[in-house]
Amino acid sequence: MSQLVKTQTHTVGRARRRGVRRQHNLVGYLFLSPWLIGFFVFTLLPIVASFGLAFTDCDIFTAPKWVGISNFERMFTEDPRYWRSVRATLYYVFTAVPLRLIVALGVAMLLNTKHRLVSVYRAAFYAPSIIGGSVAVAVMWRQVWGGQNLGLINFILQALGLPYVNWLANPRTAIWTLIALAAWQFGSPMLIFLAGLKQVPAELYEAAAIDGAGRWDRFIRITLPMLTPVIFFNLVMQIISGFLVFTQAYLVTGGRPLDSTLFYALYLYLRAFGTHHMGYGSAMAWILLLVIAFFTALVFKSSSAWVYYESGGLAE
Amino acid sequence: MSAVDMNTYLETRAVLRQRKRRRHVVRAVLYHGLVASACLIMLYPILWMIASSLKPTSEIWTTTSSLIPSRPTLEHYINGWEGFGTIRFAVFYRNSFFYAIVGTLASVASSACVAYAFAKLRFVGRSFWFACMLLTLMLPGQILMIPQYILFSKLGWINSYLPLLVPRFTGEAFFIFLIVQFMRGIPNDLDEAAEIDGCGKIGIFFRITLPLIQPALITAAIFSFYWTWEDFLGPLIYLQNPRLYTVSLAIRAYSDPSAGTNWGSVFAMSSLSLVPVFIVFVVFQRYLVEGISTTGIKG
Repeated sequence: MSQLVKTQTHTVGRARRRGVRRQHNLVGYLFLSPWLIGFFVFTLLPIVASFGLAFTDCDIFTAPKWVGISNFERMFTEDPRYWRSVRATLYYVFTAVPLRLIVALGVAMLLNTKHRLVSVYRAAFYAPSIIGGSVAVAVMWRQVWGGQNLGLINFILQALGLPYVNWLANPRTAIWTLIALAAWQFGSPMLIFLAGLKQVPAELYEAAAIDGAGRWDRFIRITLPMLTPVIFFNLVMQIISGFLVFTQAYLVTGGRPLDSTLFYALYLYLRAFGTHHMGYGSAMAWILLLVIAFFTALVFKSSSAWVYYESGGLAE
Repeated sequence: MSAVDMNTYLETRAVLRQRKRRRHVVRAVLYHGLVASACLIMLYPILWMIASSLKPTSEIWTTTSSLIPSRPTLEHYINGWEGFGTIRFAVFYRNSFFYAIVGTLASVASSACVAYAFAKLRFVGRSFWFACMLLTLMLPGQILMIPQYILFSKLGWINSYLPLLVPRFTGEAFFIFLIVQFMRGIPNDLDEAAEIDGCGKIGIFFRITLPLIQPALITAAIFSFYWTWEDFLGPLIYLQNPRLYTVSLAIRAYSDPSAGTNWGSVFAMSSLSLVPVFIVFVVFQRYLVEGISTTGIKG
């Protein structure tokens, strides 16, 4: 009798539990559904389509025509503009990203004190970054360096009796106007560094000071090692966003002169939407994806050698 | 210790203390002088643009570096507002506000909903989908741009806000991640208590979780507003009809070098376009700083 009741309640319980689990799944997928639909329609489907398009000749007006790997062949062997865009992008990423991070770290160190005015300074240093991606700033930046007029910088140079430089027309200097724009917008890595600096235990500095370590020693031996996780994070994010810069190049230099500022994202846009080579553009996008994945993996792999995580000591 | 010794001792101590205080003052002056002038250099280009927008046309390229207009004038704002063609800037502002507000509400609401599923609900495949979501964070938009354009043009959505707004209703991976992190930080006690009282998961989401995650929602909303307000590539691809232009597209068209540009008006309209951004920055600075420091989202 009691045995019977037990099995009965057991099966009832199991059935109810299964019902509860099914209901959990239902509610879970109900809340997940917006993202899930978006993931399939606006992410997964386009990725698959993009991969297919990379092997076709396609403008949007006619049906795509299968051409095998000829897009990639043309890109690597017959398109000098492609290589100029690769060169410009790499030059930009490997100058602008370190420069921005160094400035961000320097300013963060300066602002890492307790003073009423620090929050005002922080806001002033951050202000260029919040408006950085805007068309207004890009239009203004072009006028700072010249454009059709003399420009702000040249006006100041002339007032100081220094020679006039045609910043935007010279292939050597044009890219530096964009690097300067990037370095000017160091706000978000600065804030992340500031948060990181606050985490460094004060005892370490006190102990080092007692041992007679100077400012420079303390920076090299305490601050930098303790900040490596933050530097690592900033490096990954900034490299990725560096490869994707579009608006500034499109508006400040337009890729000119002599393609010296023809960034990858800009050339991709011009091919896909300017001359409607959507297949070629897709092939370019896939190479971009692989390059970004490579650099991300590289930074992650190498991180174990130089990133210090407090919990595990020096990571092996 | 003799009285004389004691006296000299006290004197030297006072001198030392004074010297130390003086050194402290000198260092403070140096520090604030250095940092404040660095701030000024940082803000100089922005101030220069605003000052130029207030100068008479003849002065813009003659007293270029000066930040103080000799005769401040609003003529550039009045002329600029007239826009180009027959379209006034009021139209572009209406478009931009429509895009930014609808886009922000859509992406924050849907992201909160999805974040609740990831952070608080148990269902089959949760960690798999979460990993997928994190992977999309690293995905460059360039790879989706071309197929999405083809899809939307097949749907006849070119020259409308649909391609820009519809995807926002499916959540934004950055915001989902930000809100998930925030939700994991709030204890489950309240949810459990509500569940014992017979409140369902949907009720818990609306009555308990949403009010608790307000700071994360505000942070996400600010970023979303910025990114939408300053969005350039999206409108550039999808909007060809000048009547549909956002402020960003309008400024670019307006500053077109081939059209004998009036720089005063370009600077005026550019400065004006930054006003909403600065208002949000001043009002919500705290949320912004916290948002970036804790999640590392780029601003």
